[in-house]
Amino acid sequence: MENILEAQGIVKDYAGHRALNKVDVSIPSGSIFGLLGPNGAGKTSLIRIINQITGPDEGQILLGGEPLRPDHVERIGYLPEERGLYKKMKVGEQALYFARLKGMSTTEAKRKLKEWFERMDIIDWWDKKVEDLSKGMAQKVQFITTVLHEPELLIFDEPFSGFDPINANIIKDEILRLKDHGSTVIFSTHRMESVEELCEYIALINKSEKILDGKLSDIKRQYKSGKYNVEYDGELPASLPFEVLENKDGKAIIQIGQNHSPNELLSGILPHATVHNFNEVIPSVNDIFIQTVQNSGNHE
Amino acid sequence: MASLFIAPILIAESTQELKTVRVLDETGLFTGQLRDSDDLEYSYVKPIESDDLTERQQHLEDTKADFSNSEEYALLYIPCGANCDLNYIEKSVQIFTQKTVSIGVKSKIQRQLEKQLERLKLERQGVDYAQIEGAKTSVNISNISLSGDEEKESFSELSTIVGMISGVLIYFFIFLYGSQVMRGVIEEKMSKVVEVIVSSVRPFQLMLGKIVGVALVGLTQFLLWVILTGGIVAIASSVFLGDLDPGQLSQMDPEMMEQAQINEGALEFFSMINSINFPLILGSFLFFFIGGYLLYSALFAAIGSAVDNESDTQQFMLPVTVPLILSFVVGQTILENPDSALAFWFSMIPLTSPIVMMIRVAIGVPAWELILSMALLVAGFIFTVWLAGRIYRVGILMHGKKVSWGELAKWVKFKS
Repeated sequence: MENILEAQGIVKDYAGHRALNKVDVSIPSGSIFGLLGPNGAGKTSLIRIINQITGPDEGQILLGGEPLRPDHVERIGYLPEERGLYKKMKVGEQALYFARLKGMSTTEAKRKLKEWFERMDIIDWWDKKVEDLSKGMAQKVQFITTVLHEPELLIFDEPFSGFDPINANIIKDEILRLKDHGSTVIFSTHRMESVEELCEYIALINKSEKILDGKLSDIKRQYKSGKYNVEYDGELPASLPFEVLENKDGKAIIQIGQNHSPNELLSGILPHATVHNFNEVIPSVNDIFIQTVQNSGNHE
Repeated sequence: MASLFIAPILIAESTQELKTVRVLDETGLFTGQLRDSDDLEYSYVKPIESDDLTERQQHLEDTKADFSNSEEYALLYIPCGANCDLNYIEKSVQIFTQKTVSIGVKSKIQRQLEKQLERLKLERQGVDYAQIEGAKTSVNISNISLSGDEEKESFSELSTIVGMISGVLIYFFIFLYGSQVMRGVIEEKMSKVVEVIVSSVRPFQLMLGKIVGVALVGLTQFLLWVILTGGIVAIASSVFLGDLDPGQLSQMDPEMMEQAQINEGALEFFSMINSINFPLILGSFLFFFIGGYLLYSALFAAIGSAVDNESDTQQFMLPVTVPLILSFVVGQTILENPDSALAFWFSMIPLTSPIVMMIRVAIGVPAWELILSMALLVAGFIFTVWLAGRIYRVGILMHGKKVSWGELAKWVKFKS
């Protein structure tokens, strides 16, 4: 699969502090990509460079194989973590303005905006001033202006922050729809549940370095440590040749290691207890995050 | 603006109602001698022929009572006293009114009485009053300026005033529109709109767009103002002067003017207006307003981008307010010496030239100096716009940091 975006050897310094240290990231086309990392790791710096808000001190960014150019902003949609709207301006008018900044024609923008506003149920607010909107509604407007020009690449920085569960779900569905329509989505977040739900690929940045990247399922497999959850009635046999890490109230976690098959564990338990639930412990992104960051050096 | 010119004339003409002053002149020296005017007319009460003071007092009381019941404005009482001595009369005139007599009426009456008394005093000394009148002179110096092809009458007080007004206006507008730019920048930064916009446009474009946008608002206002004022003054001049061409006014002699029945005040006024070189003044005003605004609004934008709220701007405002106030102060002092070294340098330095040079233009300045000042102003604003751009692009995305002058200098050097 081709990469829609490639960051090659990016270095960014800010007055004596290195924000990005030779970072390489490749974003496959049509994927949902999670950009993770602790606060201050350098994620926002990288995102700003991709959006041409600042420039790298070294390295380059390729969009669709070409080095980044000013007109590429029309092919990218960006929803920053810190975002806002002009309070005194009317909603519809303002959305139109942002659409035109991205190169859309007025008529087309208006038509598409009305469709989106209808679908997200805020069409009644077209002529109201932004300051009259609730926070959730304003966020919806901002989401719409980000995706309106149907860019190939969408970048969301903490897209769910400030959304209640219902609206967060709406946004999640829209992100999936966009992916189905062919867009590539990068999103940066601390909410690991959304990463679990949505991301196919991830990259983890810590202290200006990329410390992990790749397909999420592959990574998880890497971090597997041969542990299994067992829920049962009865007693576990004492002669089980495997390490029992936890065992309480009929729920156990048993380590069998990489060289054994789960069937061995099952056949060891089955004669002695009734098994209700049996599955492999798959590390959560949260666990992987914490583990990787701790392994990579001192975490502040 | 036009109303400032026209209104006083209109108001003066419209609020005149005829006031009647009843005169009780015991001396007989003023009866029939007081001249009626547009708003004042005199009616004379016949005094009683009696040397008895109590009888005269009674007559006064009767007249007062009579007056109180009438619609007349005032009762003027000129007593004779013991023997109608002129010095006694001088000190004893009284005027009775329902309300306090207006200053205008009082001074008119005073002048009339004084004139008459003077005349009487002189005559009693044996001096022929007519001769005195004839000797009175009033000299009128008319100032013709030798610029260009026409010799035009110019008024030095007027050009000073025009200069000062233009200077004040430029000072005022730079502050007004410059602050608007600054507030816009702060709003965008505070509401975080700027984070969204800069993914579509470059910070420099955003800053310049804001500066130009506010400039257009200012220019529109200015244009409307000029058109409206010009239109109203043109209409007013044809109303007051009829078919006359203002340019001919200075060539007319007083008798012709009397015949044409032109209001003397309007005449002086319009010939003054005509003497102002409007194309030069307006053109210079436009140039220095735009140039000064561009220079200062860039600085305002840079300051706005460096802070997190409006109150933090105080620490940076000094380099903006000091030159402006200074140019205003210097502007006033150069009114007497428009060609001094002080005037020259302050009309060249781009920070102060918009105001100081504008004042000099109204008074009169050599063409080469004007051109040099303009060129320097252009260079000046190109520099401040560039400088502001480099501060702006960093400042708008930076929050929370308490910024100092040193910090700003660092931002200028940041790689783009």
